[in-house]
Amino acid sequence: MMKKVFGRPQSMKKNIFHYCAGCGHSIAHRLIAEVIDELDIRGITIGVPPAGCAVLAYNYFDIDMIEAQHGRGPATATGIKRVLPDRIVFSYQGDGDLAAIGIAESFHAANRGENITVVFINNAVYGMTGGQMAPTSMLGQKTTTSPAGRNNVLDGYPIQVSEIFSLLPGTAYIERCTVNSPASILKTRKAIRKAFQYQIDGLGFSLVEILSPCPTNWKMTPIESCRWIDEVMSKSFPLGVIKDLPAAAKGERKKGEQRHDG
Amino acid sequence: MNKVLMQGNKIIGEAAIRAGCRFYAGYPITPQNEIPEYMAERLREVEGGVFIQSESEVAAIHMVIGASAAGARSMTSSSSPGISLKQEGISSLAACELPAVIVNMMRGGPGLGNISPSQGDYFQATRGGGHGDYRVIVLGPDSAQELADLTMDAFDLADRYRTPVMILADGMMGQMMEPVIFKTPKPRAYPESFIMKGAGAGKSKIIRGLILDPLDMEEHNWTLDRKYQVIARKETRHELYKADDAELILVAYGTGARIAKGAIKRLRESGLRVGLFRPITLWPFPTNELRDLAKKIENFLVFEMSTGQMVEDVRLAIQGRARIGFHGRPGGVVPTPVELANVVMRKYDRKEGIIDHY
Repeated sequence: MMKKVFGRPQSMKKNIFHYCAGCGHSIAHRLIAEVIDELDIRGITIGVPPAGCAVLAYNYFDIDMIEAQHGRGPATATGIKRVLPDRIVFSYQGDGDLAAIGIAESFHAANRGENITVVFINNAVYGMTGGQMAPTSMLGQKTTTSPAGRNNVLDGYPIQVSEIFSLLPGTAYIERCTVNSPASILKTRKAIRKAFQYQIDGLGFSLVEILSPCPTNWKMTPIESCRWIDEVMSKSFPLGVIKDLPAAAKGERKKGEQRHDG
Repeated sequence: MNKVLMQGNKIIGEAAIRAGCRFYAGYPITPQNEIPEYMAERLREVEGGVFIQSESEVAAIHMVIGASAAGARSMTSSSSPGISLKQEGISSLAACELPAVIVNMMRGGPGLGNISPSQGDYFQATRGGGHGDYRVIVLGPDSAQELADLTMDAFDLADRYRTPVMILADGMMGQMMEPVIFKTPKPRAYPESFIMKGAGAGKSKIIRGLILDPLDMEEHNWTLDRKYQVIARKETRHELYKADDAELILVAYGTGARIAKGAIKRLRESGLRVGLFRPITLWPFPTNELRDLAKKIENFLVFEMSTGQMVEDVRLAIQGRARIGFHGRPGGVVPTPVELANVVMRKYDRKEGIIDHY
């Protein structure tokens, strides 16, 4: 008998992604859907897509979804989770959504230790609006609103959301991953699975940051974009487990072993 | 049910709890802090109660969106500057057709203004308040009893029409104490099918306000509009006070209407035939009822604790059929019934002296 080795996840609708060629959103979507299938939580999962390129995520996920206004995902997710504590609730947010307009909602949801999962797509740029500077844009990065390159004196520095959030006692698990190679995609899948599992186990706030290519707005080919993540972006945003409170509590990891290479 | 003496803000909290409100999120702001404080205490006591002191007004209203979608009767409260911040979420509630109750204990404005009672947010409340083409049901209580009754009604209206409902009162209503009887609330009748709780084995649901195709968005706008027209037809409420033989009708709501009633008692003692038309629903405004009144009464005087906002709805209703004067005290000033009585007395006999506002 033939064994099926590849197929559409049950938690995905039969729609074709609107995302640009080489964009990381479609990979991240698929990984989340695979994890939802694997954990068999499709029927109890509620997703909160953001304003931004992923605003139409509900066209792809075959799960209950409620849109959030720009940046408010963690507040909306908080409302859902507190009313339905046995449901699995995740918000899906971009860098402008999480680190600029919604920093307060995200920070405080993390600080309250809301038992939700945030999937944070960091592509160093505002994608949907046409490539403006994001709070996570690299120093020197040229965007439509930083035509001379991001200047720390005028524009500040790329915000390391994951590191900052890891300082909050309310956060349980934070890992920064990428989706620029088959190996990194598998690692990201593992991270998403762990984040959802922690939520199922009631362990608190989890966040998976995904460095995600945006060839259209970076004005690169998809391959150049993947390379840029390795050569530039991950230097400011080092990959690896940034915080894993439950694992640390179990003594599974010793200090200094917590980072992995992209 | 026994009569109890309670402060206005706490009455709202108690009425909400009795109406089945099980989710409250809010941020401290004077003069309504007793509402979150009361809810913090009471929501601990009731099964399934959730209280969150949010990091901002913006977060509070978006928490309410999530809780409402997840099936809880949900409420937030604030005062004028905080209500401005909530408008993003109120617009979303309207767009996504989610029920919620929002309480605005108005204070003096614009800007930070002050913490005195005011009626300066009438435009914001009755014209939608946030961006886009929508309406909010706005209830204007004028007594402790109405704070209780209208708060309970607000939850029923929000459910029935799947739309945000605002209680528009002010610092005076929130701070004063009066006896109140809590009526027995109706059991909730909100269809399970609207609640988002995970798809189970069935079809997944989407709650959204984003509709990219303009023709589809237009249809959504018309759908909402048809709903608002039903609300306007069925839910308009007002009170007439000593209007039967009146030669002059005061038009006022909320605290303004209390002051007007006090003034009318004094004016009647002096033999002046003055009555009151009090809109209870500020949106939908009792337009037809006021227009009918203008068929037999020639003189109206609008009194507001603002520079004149509801007076525009009065003009739209009366459409030149009668003279409309205006007296206003904005900025957190609460005039006495004596002051208002004197204003009416000066204008009563010299009908030509009742000048239009603006």
